[in-house]
Amino acid sequence: MQQFINITLSGLVEGMIYAAFALALVLIWRSTRIVNFAQGAMAAATAFIALALIDAGQSYWVALIVALVSGFVLGAIVERVIIRPVEGGPELNAVIVTLGLFVAIQALIAIVFGSAFQSFPTPFGVRGFEVGDTTIALTPTSLYIIGSVLITMALLVALFRFTRVGLAMRASAFGQEVARLLGVRVGRMLTLGWALAAVVGSLSGLLIAGGEFIYPAYMDSLIVFGFVAAVLGGLDSPVGAIVGGLLLGLALSYVSGYLPRGSALVNVAALVILMVVLLVRPGGLFASSVARRA
Amino acid sequence: MSAPNTPVSAAGAATEEAPLTATAAANVPSTQATESGRSFLPASTLLRHLVTVLLAIVGSVILLEITDPFTNSQLAQLSYYAIAAGGLTVLTGLNGQISLGHGALMAVGAYTTALFLQADEPVALPLILLVSVLTATVVGALVGVAAARLHGPYLAGATLALAVGLPGLAIYFHDTLGGEQGLRVRAPQPPDLFKEFIGWVSGNSATGTKWLAYVGAICLILTYFLLANLVRSRIGRTWRAVRDQEVAAELAGINLGAWRVLAFTVSAAAAGLAGGVLALVIRLAAPSGFTLVLSLSLLTAIVLGGLGSLLGALLGSALLVFLPPFVTDLGADLGLDNTEAAQLAPFVYGVVLIVAMIFAPAGFVGTVRLRWLTYRAKQRAAAARSSSGG
Amino acid sequence: MSRSSRRLVSFLAAATVVSTVAACGGGNNDDGGGGGGGENEASDIGVTEDSIKLGAHYPLTGVAAPGYSEIPTGVQAYFDWVNENGGVNGRQIEYIYRDDAYNPTNTTQVVNQLVLEDEVFAIVGGLGTPTHSAVLDFLNSEGVPDLFVSSGSLLWGEDPETNPYTFGWQTDYESEGKIIGEYIAEEFPDAKVGLFLQDDDFGEDGEAGIREYIDDQIVAAVRYTPGNTNVAPQISELQAAGADFVVGFNVPSYTALSQLTALQLGYQPEQWFYSNVGSDPALVGSLLARFSQGAVSDASLLDGALTTGYLPTVDQTDNPWIQQFQEIWEASGQEGELTNYRVYGMSQAYTTVQALQAAGQNPTRDGIVEAIETAGADWEGPVFAPYRYSADSHMGTSGMSIERIVGNGSEEVQPVRVTDIGNAKIEEFDGEPASPPQNGIPDEESAVD
Repeated sequence: MQQFINITLSGLVEGMIYAAFALALVLIWRSTRIVNFAQGAMAAATAFIALALIDAGQSYWVALIVALVSGFVLGAIVERVIIRPVEGGPELNAVIVTLGLFVAIQALIAIVFGSAFQSFPTPFGVRGFEVGDTTIALTPTSLYIIGSVLITMALLVALFRFTRVGLAMRASAFGQEVARLLGVRVGRMLTLGWALAAVVGSLSGLLIAGGEFIYPAYMDSLIVFGFVAAVLGGLDSPVGAIVGGLLLGLALSYVSGYLPRGSALVNVAALVILMVVLLVRPGGLFASSVARRA
Repeated sequence: MSAPNTPVSAAGAATEEAPLTATAAANVPSTQATESGRSFLPASTLLRHLVTVLLAIVGSVILLEITDPFTNSQLAQLSYYAIAAGGLTVLTGLNGQISLGHGALMAVGAYTTALFLQADEPVALPLILLVSVLTATVVGALVGVAAARLHGPYLAGATLALAVGLPGLAIYFHDTLGGEQGLRVRAPQPPDLFKEFIGWVSGNSATGTKWLAYVGAICLILTYFLLANLVRSRIGRTWRAVRDQEVAAELAGINLGAWRVLAFTVSAAAAGLAGGVLALVIRLAAPSGFTLVLSLSLLTAIVLGGLGSLLGALLGSALLVFLPPFVTDLGADLGLDNTEAAQLAPFVYGVVLIVAMIFAPAGFVGTVRLRWLTYRAKQRAAAARSSSGG
Repeated sequence: MSRSSRRLVSFLAAATVVSTVAACGGGNNDDGGGGGGGENEASDIGVTEDSIKLGAHYPLTGVAAPGYSEIPTGVQAYFDWVNENGGVNGRQIEYIYRDDAYNPTNTTQVVNQLVLEDEVFAIVGGLGTPTHSAVLDFLNSEGVPDLFVSSGSLLWGEDPETNPYTFGWQTDYESEGKIIGEYIAEEFPDAKVGLFLQDDDFGEDGEAGIREYIDDQIVAAVRYTPGNTNVAPQISELQAAGADFVVGFNVPSYTALSQLTALQLGYQPEQWFYSNVGSDPALVGSLLARFSQGAVSDASLLDGALTTGYLPTVDQTDNPWIQQFQEIWEASGQEGELTNYRVYGMSQAYTTVQALQAAGQNPTRDGIVEAIETAGADWEGPVFAPYRYSADSHMGTSGMSIERIVGNGSEEVQPVRVTDIGNAKIEEFDGEPASPPQNGIPDEESAVD
């Protein structure tokens, strides 16, 4: 029983991180119809900036805020300078550009910060809570992760539903021409979309690093699982991203824990789950109808 | 990636010249490519391709005999990248389906070849490669059936999961597939006939490396010959119709799904052959050789070279093979230590991708062709002006 | 020039050396280790009168780069030091290492480049089991010495007939497993043992070795796949099986992850035992350093854990080898501190210099193989136990000590014991630890004539 609870809880926490990353992909998809493969590398870059600050004696929170801000700036710059020229062009070109960005940023991190493992702090404890006389796989740090992702999602939903900027962003995403006619500065909205997505991506990068360690390629597996989670949920839906992330995290944790030599099957399981879902619902779990409302 | 609410291609009818419509559609008015520039070649497509094949064979022999052994090994590497990229460019360029998972299909071919070569007395090499093609074709058809229903990023996501998922099976079934260590491949020795041939042509020694480079070249030429004919056939035209004019094609009675599955299957066959050649050249089939990086590299190769063009796929693959060592050596010459020089290579590769997409969005072949068409149009306009003015 | 004709030239060159030696009748020899008197000659590919070229492949970029990419910097530092001090038989060592990103496809390519374009004399310390096995056949069919592979797989040494040019170096994982198994059987006969294994040859060989001694004590064996960072399911299984003694055959990052996860789960086995690869206390300590601000300090989690050793480690600041390596590292002027990865690289480089010296004044590719087979078993150096090199075995060092991690350092709990793969017995090593020669440069006699 304890084993089941712990496998479930660790899957949930892992899933929350997938969800955060998926959320960032969804944001960019909604604003520019591009899947950003450089998301992970951009997030890693901000994590290294945060670590440099912590090494210089700053507190975790200062470093976190600076990292998120630098994520915002990085996202905006990337959209303006690199993505803008290929926006509206052949769809594959944008994919290749983000792939190029991914490779280049990761290499740059290694050149600037070195490729060694570096420990990354978490502001909260890493010992599991005790319930009765057993310890469960829920730590103050995992509560921090879950809380941060939920708050971020709530803020995003609020932004899109209740603010003028959010409305303008949605308008730009769904009909650029119409939005322009209505006086929305579409270009700015696209930049804002990328910048916000980079902030969310950066947050997921810092959350997964917390209490563990980082190196230039540490976000690689998250790119895959985050993308799978986003597709699972239906790329248009923030709620879908969260649900997709949690489902994937849980499923992979069970596969890893209960199948013999399950750890080797995790990637295969992700493939099977995604294929099954897409065969039933080619647009993901939360396809179109839900997405339009969100 | 295709978006349901953005027009995929503004071009009119499905045209012969895929790169123009597929990657440069947004930038140029759809120009009907003329055949006039090729008047020195036979008019029949098949004949023209046969002549090209002959030239390619002669060219390959010359290239392989005047270059040093290391370049030979690089050309062998080029051959398997180019075979896989050729199949992918047919799928993505002609039929409009994206695949981030062709590395996994290569793994299927590579493992098939490796398993067959494990036998004490393995069957003939061409037969082994043929079986590798067939295995990959079957897997590709299965994936294709699933993929035919998916669009844009959903297809990308599914094939991405394929790229990371399928090689995982090799770790799980470690007793037959060798696990993380992989299956070592004892590459077949060059036959005596080959040694005689090389002795007759150049007098070079017929090493194993050279033999594999020739095997790669033969497979590459064969694949491109078959693909080129396919592209020019009714099948190729139908694929373009499915890509550009979905609705019209369906109204014309074309079963979109079936044609998409066929495209996926054909490209999987090419990937299977590429995997077989890779296993021979690398002498190993191991999961770490089929990472997501491989699948993504293939995609970058075809777009960089010019989507839909076999020549483009070849050129893009050449960049994959020759750029990293070039940059590393350049870095070392500039006084960087070995580690820094190694880190420089991916950085430069990434930057090249970005810059190329911004300044040559139609890829190499597409851009050159555009320049050529623009130049001719200008000349014609000038000629018209001068004749009317004079 | 084609390969075969080049081989022919080298053969002729070697023949010339022999006749020169014969003619001189062994003249004055001021190098200490020359193959007789006479002049330096370009005796084989990669060898000139005043230089010898060596190559290697390591993951310098990508997922495997952390840690491993430090090894060649240590090798480089040591060769620089040797070059400063006159080189080997008056030849400067030219060392080229290339990046394979831990991808066998790239390994084949860079090793092709090293052998065919750079024309190195030998490959030294190529890293990784899947990566290096891709070039095993190539190097052996081309007759390129493939020295001291950086991996404990059995592939490199157990079959010299098939792979005559390849030599292992570090203690193989199976022998390590046996020594660990025997120790547990004797010291912890009642322990319920859980195995935490990397799902590849590393974990498999280690498990096979351990099971030879304590098969009936093992209550659970769990496997993780590298890259999959959530190990809670695996650690939970060990916990549920009631294992109170956990042996890990894993890499350092997974030592940190397993400790972190055990803490999360409140799992406290009485004893942790990490194999040598995973136990670098300084590295794991730094991985866990910031773990949770203030909650856990340094490597204290690992405090009391057991591990094995075959090389001195950087925490042993009074070890003469470490002092020597420290001096060499500082002299090299490269960035960063001396780490255990760099000590590993320097120790490999030390053995390489021994091999070059033993290959005589004018080394040849076949000559160095012969030299290692005849003299290698007697070489002393930083490694604790002798190498098993002979015409029948190319396995590397044969034994290990067992140590307890205390703070960032370690203390010995069982002196070095030596063994071999298969049914070979485990015996106590009766030799003395070697101390570094003057200048830290070995001085081996030529073992070829």
